[in-house]
Amino acid sequence: MTVLAVAEHRRGELRDVSHELAGAGRELADATGSELHLAVVGGDAESFGEQLVREGVDAVHTVDHGEEFNHDVAVQAVEQLADGLAPDYLLLPHTVNGLDYAPAVAERLDLPLVTDAVGMEADGTLEVTREMYGSKVETTIEVEADRAVVTLRPAEWPQAPTGGDATVEPFDVSIDESAVRSTVSGFEEVAGGDVDISEADVLVSVGRGIEEEDNLDIIWDLAEALDATVSASRPVVDSGWLPKNRQVGQSGKVVTPDVYIAIGISGAVQHVAGMKGADTIIAINTDPNAPIFDIADYGIVDDLFEVVPALTEQFGG
Amino acid sequence: MKVLVTVTDVAVVDDEFEIDGLDVDDRYLTYELNEWDDYAVEEAVQIAEDGTDVEVVTVTVGPERAEETIRKALAKGADRAVRVWDDAIAERELLDAETKASLLAAVAREEEPDLVLSGVQSGDDSFAATGVTLAEKLGVEWAAVVNRLGLDAAAGVASVHRELEGGVEELTDVELPAVLTIQTGINEPRYASLRGIRQAQNKPLDVQTLADLGLDESALETPLRWTATYEPETEGEATVFEGGVDETTGELAAVLRDAGVGQ
Repeated sequence: MTVLAVAEHRRGELRDVSHELAGAGRELADATGSELHLAVVGGDAESFGEQLVREGVDAVHTVDHGEEFNHDVAVQAVEQLADGLAPDYLLLPHTVNGLDYAPAVAERLDLPLVTDAVGMEADGTLEVTREMYGSKVETTIEVEADRAVVTLRPAEWPQAPTGGDATVEPFDVSIDESAVRSTVSGFEEVAGGDVDISEADVLVSVGRGIEEEDNLDIIWDLAEALDATVSASRPVVDSGWLPKNRQVGQSGKVVTPDVYIAIGISGAVQHVAGMKGADTIIAINTDPNAPIFDIADYGIVDDLFEVVPALTEQFGG
Repeated sequence: MKVLVTVTDVAVVDDEFEIDGLDVDDRYLTYELNEWDDYAVEEAVQIAEDGTDVEVVTVTVGPERAEETIRKALAKGADRAVRVWDDAIAERELLDAETKASLLAAVAREEEPDLVLSGVQSGDDSFAATGVTLAEKLGVEWAAVVNRLGLDAAAGVASVHRELEGGVEELTDVELPAVLTIQTGINEPRYASLRGIRQAQNKPLDVQTLADLGLDESALETPLRWTATYEPETEGEATVFEGGVDETTGELAAVLRDAGVGQ
């Protein structure tokens, strides 16, 4: 049996999730008595191929086609890799680019697709653990088929350790250029600006719980009293109340302050990905079951509109 | 030009809840327009307002209960709605992305839209795969996680920004027809006006069964089985301060001062 995991790269660098796919792939390969193959499509395929040689990887296949990710190319290349290597399980990243091609690959190969896996068990059949309702519950999905495509949530599996002696071999594909109907013309950095929240020692971070733009005043007051920098979770930035350069999370900035005060932030996985490296995490939220309390060191379960002004007052604000 | 928008009536779980069998007990669920779809509807309505002769049609897979949400989309400016449902669909425990896309594809084949807008994901099961699966079923182009959209209908091209991780956007041109999955923040969704709400009551809302769409129950077959639902074991070791606001903020202030904050 074979497990095939497809790496991800961007702008000349292999992304960490590639090595997590190798780590998860090895676990699944061990549970199913399989070989673990890795593949990379495009970019500096040869160099990426060498970097993908890690412990537990049995073979690496490099597809030399194009510089950056293009989903029309990725779908064709992975379809041909799957035809050639006949993997039982195809592991792809649940990243923005994974979202852009994994469903099409599954559809084209006529394989069942389970997305955003946070756990996998294989005991005869594959059982995938995933979350629902914004991480409030976990569910298990059993795949009653011999083969499947699974996308894995980033930062859930350990990276495969360095080392290993897998062979790296080019894999020839023939890409039908007439079926490439999308063109990637470039990239744009959107999180620049006057303040760099990733440099801050203390962040006062505000989320959906603030309800209205006018209510942000109490957050600025607290930040001033604490000599802290204001950051935000996605809904506040989506609403246009704070600029993108203040957004913490997967699509914003990754921050590692000494102290992170999450106010009215539930702690969705995309947010947590951006701040779990903070030394001390403090959560203020009315919902005692909010996932933010799973990673917080200290918390207050109460109405932020009462707590925040009172805390400001504690510091003479 | 016709824009088809997928609209999901999603379940939202109360802060405190219980699980009954495979799902959260219905008593703790409320239903609303999926957040991502709210942005997709707004984007479609803006395209209609900017263009001439643009029809916006919503499509929903959902029970009668979903009509309140559908009317909301109509009140925001969509022209008419299609709702797909019948007893066979109602019996399914799990509507996975592939099954949902099969139903949506049947509607899309009848409607023949130039553009399909779909939320990146739904807030309940969060598969984040329906839109791209739909595109592949229809044999059209797509782009996932779009947070800016410029349409050149004459040239048949959508110029999009895809929101990648880490504050980077990818600039991509996509040939039409296409399915775009819409990310939150792409626009500012409007509130329905009173006039809009009144008008929505009279806009067409067609209900289609599997048979109406030329499908049978085989379209609902999936090898995926939803086998268990449980509350995740909390890994939290947070010290939660108890008491009134003066007490809790006093204790928190002491922790902050120990950490050197506000000195």
